[in-house]
Amino acid sequence: MTNGEHRKLKISCLRYNPQEPGAAPRMQTYELEEADGMTLFIALNEIREKQDASLQFDFVCRAGICGSCAMMINGRPGLACRTQTKDLPASFTLAPLPVFELIADLSVNTGKWMRAMSERLQTWVHMKSAEVDLKRIEERMEPELAEEIYLLDRCIECGCCVAGCGSARMREDFIGAVGINKIARFRLDPRDARTDGDYYEVIGDDSGVFGCMSLLACHDVCPKDLPLQTQLAFIRRKMAALGWK
Amino acid sequence: MQTGAEVIAGVGLADRPRKSRWPARMDLTQSLSGLVLALFMWGHMFFVSSILVSKDFMWAITKMFEGYFFFGRAFPGIVSMVVFGVLVIFVLHAFLAMRKFPANYRQYRMFIGHKNLLKHGDTTLWWVQFVTGFALFFLATVHLYQMLMHPGDIGPFESADRVWTGRWWPLYLVALFCVELHGGIGLYRLAVKWGWLEGKDADASRKRLKAAKWVVTAFFLVLGVTTLAAYMKIGYDRRDDPGGRYTPAWLVNPPQAPPPWWWPSWMRETPK
Repeated sequence: MTNGEHRKLKISCLRYNPQEPGAAPRMQTYELEEADGMTLFIALNEIREKQDASLQFDFVCRAGICGSCAMMINGRPGLACRTQTKDLPASFTLAPLPVFELIADLSVNTGKWMRAMSERLQTWVHMKSAEVDLKRIEERMEPELAEEIYLLDRCIECGCCVAGCGSARMREDFIGAVGINKIARFRLDPRDARTDGDYYEVIGDDSGVFGCMSLLACHDVCPKDLPLQTQLAFIRRKMAALGWK
Repeated sequence: MQTGAEVIAGVGLADRPRKSRWPARMDLTQSLSGLVLALFMWGHMFFVSSILVSKDFMWAITKMFEGYFFFGRAFPGIVSMVVFGVLVIFVLHAFLAMRKFPANYRQYRMFIGHKNLLKHGDTTLWWVQFVTGFALFFLATVHLYQMLMHPGDIGPFESADRVWTGRWWPLYLVALFCVELHGGIGLYRLAVKWGWLEGKDADASRKRLKAAKWVVTAFFLVLGVTTLAAYMKIGYDRRDDPGGRYTPAWLVNPPQAPPPWWWPSWMRETPK
């Protein structure tokens, strides 16, 4: 019930379905009453249920873990499920993340981009053939190291860092903070037999770590608060040191 | 490739040709040349602003760089050599930094749209750096060529006449803002790019670096504008009869005007 204290939200969403013949991108404004503790996840679902069933957006976990609901919230990449409407002005805009393939409206295919990135950077543990023995007990790892790896492994591949990156916007082949963070993660992992020389092969160029212009929007928008600034600088130092020789 | 074939699941790793080391070298050289230029500009500003202390002091600074206090005679060629070195580093830096420029209309539109939408400080600062850097291609080159070819025309009167009568002040004024913004942002970006002064809390140190950057930029802008105004004033006062060389009073007329306290003792006997 209305008690007069809640704001009337005006949410302008970008509407566009590339599959629809002749469709052109446009902004559509939805009005709804704000509720206590309302997140964008709640707001968008309310719009879809009560106002416009055709509005497309992605959600899975609604708890900031799956990374599906990343979108441009008032021009800034963020997770809709972790954004409360009370932190936004009464009227604001929602748009799909740039860079990634648009499915429709606010829904983008980050998975396709992330998969290509993973294949390009080979983001999996590379073991020496001789060491592969499925019956052997896994080697122990110091809890501190496991923590360190886990810290970087918290990346949910939501795409916010890529959408916020000026380099990635200008240059489609730039690997983004998500990619460089992956390299940092596998570099820490003692099970990965790759050396810096191997990592240089995948990120040692201007579309890799040297393409980063240190604008640091990735660090500032990361919904998981990953230490991207530190990791980008660290990998840059390692790759520069290797390349200088 | 150091692990190569023994690594499994790295499809094609061993067959790939070794990646060029040049991107790494270029990246480091871009940073290093920028650092050298930024530090040079700090020194440059301090030397140029010596006019705010006195004409004699500024004169002494210029003569020091011409080797006057070491050889007992001024060699402006020394200044030319330094200028040439700076010019080489400048061209190198410009060449390397150009790799980051938007290269076509699409990239232009992308970055401008992105910057305006995101409203993110460091992203906007990069655009400022790009614009000022581009302007410096021309502003700094003109200035460097002048200094390269006329190294002897630096002095309290010589510089002032160039600034006012020679109509260089508009260029210097624009160049001053470009240099201070570009260099200040550049030094800050170098620190975050390579993780210098990061400490335990990267976010806190970045905030401090950013604040320090603005303080330094404001300081040099104030110093620079004041200095330029001082030269303009001297040049303006001499507008009817420009072109003379400045010589300190104690050198023109030694017994009446004793040298100041900092004047080297070994030069007291044989002035000029």
